[in-house]
Amino acid sequence: MSSTASTQTPAPSLHIALVGNPNCGKTSLFNQLTGSRQKVANYAGVTVERKEGFFTTPNGRAIRVLDLPGAYSLDSTSPDEDVTRDVCLGRHRSEPRPEMLVAVISATNLRLHLRFLLELKQLGLPVIVALNMMDEARRHGLQIDVAGLQADLGMPIVPVVSLNRAGVMPLLQALDLPLPAPPAPLPAGIDPHMEVRRLLAAYVIDPSAGTDRLTDRLDRLFLHPVWGPVILLVVLFVMFQTVFAWAQPLMDGLDSGISTFGQIVLKPLPDGILRSLLADGVIAGAGTVIVFLPQILILFLWILALEESGYLPRAAFLLDRLMALAGLSGRSFIPLLSSFACAIPGIMAARTIQNPRDRLVTILIAPLMTCSARLPVYTLLIGAFVPHRTVLGIFGLQGLVLFGLYAVAIVSGVIAARVMTRGVKSEEHPLLLELPPYRRPNLRSLALGLWQRAVMFLSRVGTIIVSLNVLLWALSSFPLPPAGAPGAAIDYSLAGRIGHLMQWVFAPIGFNWQICVSLIPGLAAREVAVSALATVYAIGATDDGATDKLLPLLSTQWSMATAFSLLAWYVYAPQCISTLAVMRRETGSIKTVLWAAAYLFGLAYLAAFLTYHITRALTGVP
Amino acid sequence: MRLSRVKVRAAEPAPYYRGTELMLYLDTLPKGAHAVIEKIEQRAPLDPIATRLEELGFVPGEAVQVLATGPMGRDPIAVRLGTSRFALRRGEAARVGLRTAA
Repeated sequence: MSSTASTQTPAPSLHIALVGNPNCGKTSLFNQLTGSRQKVANYAGVTVERKEGFFTTPNGRAIRVLDLPGAYSLDSTSPDEDVTRDVCLGRHRSEPRPEMLVAVISATNLRLHLRFLLELKQLGLPVIVALNMMDEARRHGLQIDVAGLQADLGMPIVPVVSLNRAGVMPLLQALDLPLPAPPAPLPAGIDPHMEVRRLLAAYVIDPSAGTDRLTDRLDRLFLHPVWGPVILLVVLFVMFQTVFAWAQPLMDGLDSGISTFGQIVLKPLPDGILRSLLADGVIAGAGTVIVFLPQILILFLWILALEESGYLPRAAFLLDRLMALAGLSGRSFIPLLSSFACAIPGIMAARTIQNPRDRLVTILIAPLMTCSARLPVYTLLIGAFVPHRTVLGIFGLQGLVLFGLYAVAIVSGVIAARVMTRGVKSEEHPLLLELPPYRRPNLRSLALGLWQRAVMFLSRVGTIIVSLNVLLWALSSFPLPPAGAPGAAIDYSLAGRIGHLMQWVFAPIGFNWQICVSLIPGLAAREVAVSALATVYAIGATDDGATDKLLPLLSTQWSMATAFSLLAWYVYAPQCISTLAVMRRETGSIKTVLWAAAYLFGLAYLAAFLTYHITRALTGVP
Repeated sequence: MRLSRVKVRAAEPAPYYRGTELMLYLDTLPKGAHAVIEKIEQRAPLDPIATRLEELGFVPGEAVQVLATGPMGRDPIAVRLGTSRFALRRGEAARVGLRTAA
């Protein structure tokens, strides 16, 4: 390889795609190749949409690379495998056919991965085989005759270790070489399974039969009929406790930083429209949302780490029976867990579900899984109305309430799914899920995932959230009240009037007009509801000091019943517009979307109504 | 086969009679026991689940072992197949016919 690496003129740019089975380490190879130079079409979690990235080889060849969803076969059984098949065959509507495939196979699972590789030979595309996880295979005592296998397969094989930069160098060097000839397809009449058996017998020495002792030991614990579910429950519980507890110091720091920043920026400005726009519209709005960045990142850290470690499919195994009660299978668990980060990737991840009905029901209940955009609302209200106390010595009461809100949402999801699948003649809900070996999560991959999420969140704050807040500020400030009018200026504004009108609908569930106003921009992005409240209260405030602290303000102005009613509302609240749009795209049916919005609105209203009146009765307010 | 090492409890469903021959199926294989796949049965013409099982490597001649069963009852089961592990529901596993004789 190094003989041609000395040529100095870079070869023309190249468009390649990474293909492979799920769990072959494809995504970590992609991250290693492209670093931060990637455009992510999906969010955290499983690759369900293609991901695009760019990198340059040592010789300066510019490469565009696609990371395709993992597939077991080109004969696809689920919508995510369709993407892989269509791109490989050049049939995808918006993606040109790649010039070359990099087939990623794991040395630790050759029997499964070689079969798919043989299938790729039929495509007539040049293929380089990236033989991943060679380090792990060697540790298990596996020896592979790479040269022999390469000659037999008719495709160049480069051993890679996708965990570090040096480990992917062989692949980078191979990409500098001229494209290999497309491999000859497997002759008709040869059973690919027999062919795999022959290849393994001829080129692989495997004294320990490739079993991963650590995974066996961990599975005995994690899949144990009693300890398995207990551990799962503890993991989920600790996850939500840390989201609250670990984030707090960081959030306090950000909060005071934003206040200081606001004071510095606003100091030289004279009183007037500009100052009001900056203080009440931009800083009060964006600032209240940015504070939640640590919480959202911690939640994502958990989801990414659980995903990378290989624990998620075990959780799906443990919860399969529970999901069966809801008329679904364990397969629905992974999309639903992603929905705790955001319903959008969750709905897209539902593509991995083969049964169309299971997929539809999963999409419909995904919005019930508490997405991270709801965290700001929960945090604000819990912070204002739930005392900061320790229960049973170790649990924070606030964390417990948060856990309870999540639990209520999950139970509602199960019931909703049960109702939706009721009366359907029982058909098969396939599980058929691979349980990959456990792996230590790669720090670089985690960091990259978190960084992408942070960028996405901050750009959301910078674009949608700030513009919505500015719009809301304008609506709340104009028209100006007539000179000498009594009361707060906001009562005369457009937003004030809309809020008062909406109160006809929302007064029975205890919402005041300020909440009503904040519900509207909350449709575009849920976390905006918090900043909208900040803006509305900032403009509505008669004295100047009220701009900075929403939390103490709420705890004095709202009754506990109103706060809990709003919490209940947000457990079910109609989804944000982007969720509805993704639902429309994934189901292709506007009727489904309308039905979803209607049932969630109904549930939200009912839950808020009950919560409001029960809390009022309990707190002794007439 | 190492079946002798495994205590088969009375509660475990016994291998039962399907079609014309006595055959053990993967859904009734006791936890811990090893067996070799004899055939994959199609439930319908072009049964997609049978096809997927074959693509995942459930083909005649491969060794399987039941690693774990679900927390409630015997559904789902975790199965080792060569170097891979899979979670299957009972209905899926019932398509996998086994031979236990060594």
